[in-house]
Amino acid sequence: MRAPITDLPLAFEDASLRARGVEIVSNLDLKIVSGAPTVLLGPNGSGKSTLLRLAMGLIRPTSGRVTWGGRAIPDERLAMVFQRPVMLRRSAAANVAYALERRDEQRVRALLDRVGLAALAQRPARRLSGGEQQRLALARALARDPEILFLDEPTASLDPAATKAVEDIVQAVAASGVKIVMATHDIGQARRLAGDVVFLARGRLIERAGAAQFFPSPATSEAAAFLRGDLVI
Amino acid sequence: MPDGASALQLVFGGDPALYAIVGLSLYVSVSAVALAALVALPWGAFLALTHFPGRTFIVVLINAFMGLPPVVVGLAVYLLLSRSGPLGSLGILFTPKAMILAQALLVMPIIAALTRQTIEDLWAEYREELTALRVTPARRVATLLWDARFSLTTTLLAGFGRAAAEVGTVMIVGGNIDGFTRTMTTAIALETSKGDLPLAMGLGLVLIVLIVGVNALAWGARRIGEVRAG
Ligand SMILES: Nc1ncnc2c1ncn2[C@@H]1O[C@H](COP(=O)(O)OP(=O)(O)OP(=O)(O)O)[C@@H](O)[C@H]1O
Ligand SMILES: [Mg+2]
Repeated sequence: MRAPITDLPLAFEDASLRARGVEIVSNLDLKIVSGAPTVLLGPNGSGKSTLLRLAMGLIRPTSGRVTWGGRAIPDERLAMVFQRPVMLRRSAAANVAYALERRDEQRVRALLDRVGLAALAQRPARRLSGGEQQRLALARALARDPEILFLDEPTASLDPAATKAVEDIVQAVAASGVKIVMATHDIGQARRLAGDVVFLARGRLIERAGAAQFFPSPATSEAAAFLRGDLVI
Repeated sequence: MPDGASALQLVFGGDPALYAIVGLSLYVSVSAVALAALVALPWGAFLALTHFPGRTFIVVLINAFMGLPPVVVGLAVYLLLSRSGPLGSLGILFTPKAMILAQALLVMPIIAALTRQTIEDLWAEYREELTALRVTPARRVATLLWDARFSLTTTLLAGFGRAAAEVGTVMIVGGNIDGFTRTMTTAIALETSKGDLPLAMGLGLVLIVLIVGVNALAWGARRIGEVRAG
């Protein structure tokens, strides 16, 4: 048997991204390994979504490198839920089926059920509410049976019950061995889910620590201010 | 107005000559749009999804060709198909086949340009998501064409409208031969000049109803799309 290809560790080596003369991500050194969810924390515009795009291989750093399991090109088993997911012009069920390799209606139903959308399976996906679309995007990402699942603020427009449901799914998925990398600015959520925390501000990595250490005693004043709810720029 | 009355009589009385003309017009224009779509849909999608040197030039050119005068297209096809022309050996000048070819060339730029615009806009919206789903290039094209299906239907109907309403190309390459290549528009032109106003008016009436109907269909297709697929 061939050893399975893995995209972990996911490594940023002095990676920078510059667009129109502005540096969006600066000299990022970061290694993401298997285990409990890695949570990206940081204020608006700190570069969380950009980091996820780099990690997904959607964009390339303008300098430095990103590698997956030591390789310059990622394997197929990465999936992402975007901050603003795009729904295909089809039913909710068809959106999930689209991401499956083979037709499998039972699997589609199970995935929709998992995110609480079983009753809306035949609705046009674009007619769903923002929160429903976000959950549908999660089902679609799970359909790809990923090794690493990137989540960009997956509960940003969800009500408390749906947020709880999604957090439960994330925990279950993580427990099944999928590596979760999730951006959020919800500190409570980060506390509930994070195994380790990557704290960003202005496109720079400010602090990286295990959750057990980061939340009670952050090492940097910026992270401490962010956790207190002060404005971090 | 006796002319108007006899025009209605022709239309509703089932005048066989009139219906033959309407039938031929529909056959020619529908075939022309189908032929044009076969080339212009993939070509438009290709232009939307690729970048190569000279692409902008082609895009601008196709946009400009949307406004080609029908008589000029007719003349070009005439030269192509005339006995001494490069395709003269086909012997299809002054047949419906020539008319189909000419109308197809006329509407091809419209379909290609609108398809490119539609697919390009949709691709801008879908790019990251489809890339993240690791969709293959072939499936990407299929997805975009399918998800743009309602806009593209409107595009095809716009092409049909232009084909059915034009008179210049079919007059030149068809020759307006009675019972063989006479369409609604060429018949109207001829009958009016001959003074047979009832037939001209009857055909005009049918043509207007057709064009209005097609536009209603185009509008309906878009509405249904918006309601059904969001
Ligand atoms: N393509 C681009 N061109 C120019 N600037 C960009 C581009 N993409 C992102 N930026 C800028 O980079 C910064 C980081 O953006 P990013 O979306 O990664 O932040 P974020 O941490 O996800 O913010 P939020 O919490 O609001 O989602 C922002 O200031 C943004 O305006
Ligand atoms: Mg973001």
